[in-house]
Amino acid sequence: MALKVVKVVVVAVINTLRKHLVKPLAKQLAKRRIKQTSHFQWGLLAVGVLGFCVPLMAAVLPEDRADILFHSYDGGGLTVNGPSLLARKQVGKSLSVWGKYYVDSLTSATIDVVSSASEYTEERIEQSVGFDFLHDKSTISLGYTNSAENDFVANTYNFGISHSMFGDLTTVSLGFTVGLDDVSSSVDPNLNESAERFKYRLNLSQVITKNMLMSATFETVTDEGFLESPYRRVRFLDPSDASGVGYQSEEYPETRTSHALAVNALYYLPYRAAVKIETRVFTDTWGINAAMYELGYTHPWRKHWIFEVKYRAYTQDQAEFYNDMFNGIDEFIYRARDKELSSLNTTSIGLGASYEFGSKSWRFIDRGSVNLMYDRYQIDYQNFRNETAVGFTPGTEPLYSQTADIVRFFVSVWY
Amino acid sequence: MFNVKGFAKRLGVVVAASMLLGSIAQAEILEGPAPDFTLKSRSGENVKLSELRGDVVMINFWASWCAPCRQEMPLLEDMYKKYSDLGFVLLGVNVEEDSSKAIELLREVPVSFPVLFDNKNDVTKLYKVVAMPSTVMVDRDGNMRYLHRGYLPGYEAEYIKQIKELIRE
Amino acid sequence: MKHLLLGMAVVLIISGCGIEPWVKPYERANLADPIMSFDRDPSATSYINHVHESRELSRGAESGQGGGCGCN
Repeated sequence: MALKVVKVVVVAVINTLRKHLVKPLAKQLAKRRIKQTSHFQWGLLAVGVLGFCVPLMAAVLPEDRADILFHSYDGGGLTVNGPSLLARKQVGKSLSVWGKYYVDSLTSATIDVVSSASEYTEERIEQSVGFDFLHDKSTISLGYTNSAENDFVANTYNFGISHSMFGDLTTVSLGFTVGLDDVSSSVDPNLNESAERFKYRLNLSQVITKNMLMSATFETVTDEGFLESPYRRVRFLDPSDASGVGYQSEEYPETRTSHALAVNALYYLPYRAAVKIETRVFTDTWGINAAMYELGYTHPWRKHWIFEVKYRAYTQDQAEFYNDMFNGIDEFIYRARDKELSSLNTTSIGLGASYEFGSKSWRFIDRGSVNLMYDRYQIDYQNFRNETAVGFTPGTEPLYSQTADIVRFFVSVWY
Repeated sequence: MFNVKGFAKRLGVVVAASMLLGSIAQAEILEGPAPDFTLKSRSGENVKLSELRGDVVMINFWASWCAPCRQEMPLLEDMYKKYSDLGFVLLGVNVEEDSSKAIELLREVPVSFPVLFDNKNDVTKLYKVVAMPSTVMVDRDGNMRYLHRGYLPGYEAEYIKQIKELIRE
Repeated sequence: MKHLLLGMAVVLIISGCGIEPWVKPYERANLADPIMSFDRDPSATSYINHVHESRELSRGAESGQGGGCGCN
């Protein structure tokens, strides 16, 4: 309920701003023939030049650290698991390099698959490298990620700059990401499509008091190209078929632009514990509005343990061109029945425990930790019906829902 | 389109202006007498700065939660051992309200120079500390001479250079 | 004119680094505690973000991306 109210208010605010501020401003700019890019350049300049600011306290590079993580997702007929390795090392005084290797081994017998094809397995391997370069109070980051499946390859290039100011009470970060996807199909050898993604990110993190931190992030993402899955189909009422249902391929618009705004807060409790509040609202050009909030509590115990609990809730509207059951073939140009595009609500409850160990007398390692985290994740689809349910007229089946168990086990070392 | 020439021009103007403003604040040479203070040391006795007149005094403001402070602690100890016979004193002023974590850290990283506890931050405020750690060099006449904000690997060479210079005066 | 104003704003922001902070650097004991981090374990955070992003249509502005990992 509260989530709905937040969502309505934020969407209203965004729309009002758009109507009364952004649009008239754009009109005026066009009238005066002022190039918008010059504003963009000034912005870029402001951030770039902040690097010359006085060093009151040097910003620091991330700590040298390595993580080995095993992850597992099990729910709705889908199991995904695999290892993930992440290592970071400082080179010289102002450079920190990192590399990551990540695997998703997937066995899918999800409802989409069961109702239209057979179970399949596949593997996705993601490899990333990057570095952070520190100069006075600014950090410049570059990263590259390659993600490969047998029918999907994505290359992502990431650039970021962050700057600490006002006596290190404020950190401003800008990020820019370009993603290039190549989509093929294991059933259609002629399918060879691509998509481009651009992400613009602005983050402000702020020390509020001796015991409180806040951060606000705004991110715009635009996609262009082939955005649907080559395997998914929509269903429609088909009186000519004995079952009463016909199927045809999905068709998505070729562009999508989204805006997300997140505001997070962390509060230190007097007896050494932390409360975290995260909120996020989202809107996109496919007509999807969404809102999320998360509450977390972190409690250290004795010298070596840290326990965590969290609750997370998310809700979204469906895409304009989504339908659980279309009225006929080619009813609309754009059509989707990917359950992720349906209106849905999710909730998760998470528990975590970390045990820290370490000793000054060790030679190569300063300290380490062993961590186990468990999340119970429930998804309730609001307009995606379970077509495997028997004894129902097509289109009147019960709504689908699924519950997943998510486990993360990892060991971290600092050196 | 992106106007490269215009951008470069603007960049020049802004960089020049900000460097000018920046250079004023960047000075690390101090002048004037070091404000006097008395603090309780780890061994229980009071240490008064003005009673150290005649020695070169290095005042290092630190905290156990501050990573660069922990990093320079053993280096400070080396310096103290090497120069304490030549008229050099190092005072490690801990800025924490609760000293227990500092005492715990000193058990792991033992130091022989005097560690003072500024639980109420009176001295820290008196010296207008704006970075952790902060290091102030005081000459034999009790005048502040140099200030170091923060610590990065390599600062110790700077410290030693200044200690030697002030001892020779 | 507009550009001049913008330029001045930029210079002010930069020199504004000298503003007296209301939380002093020596008062950061609690803020420096590892539990006061939005992203204490980057691998774990990036994995759970990936799980959510694959099943929820919302994307962008996730917590814990500041570390420079451009992971999708």
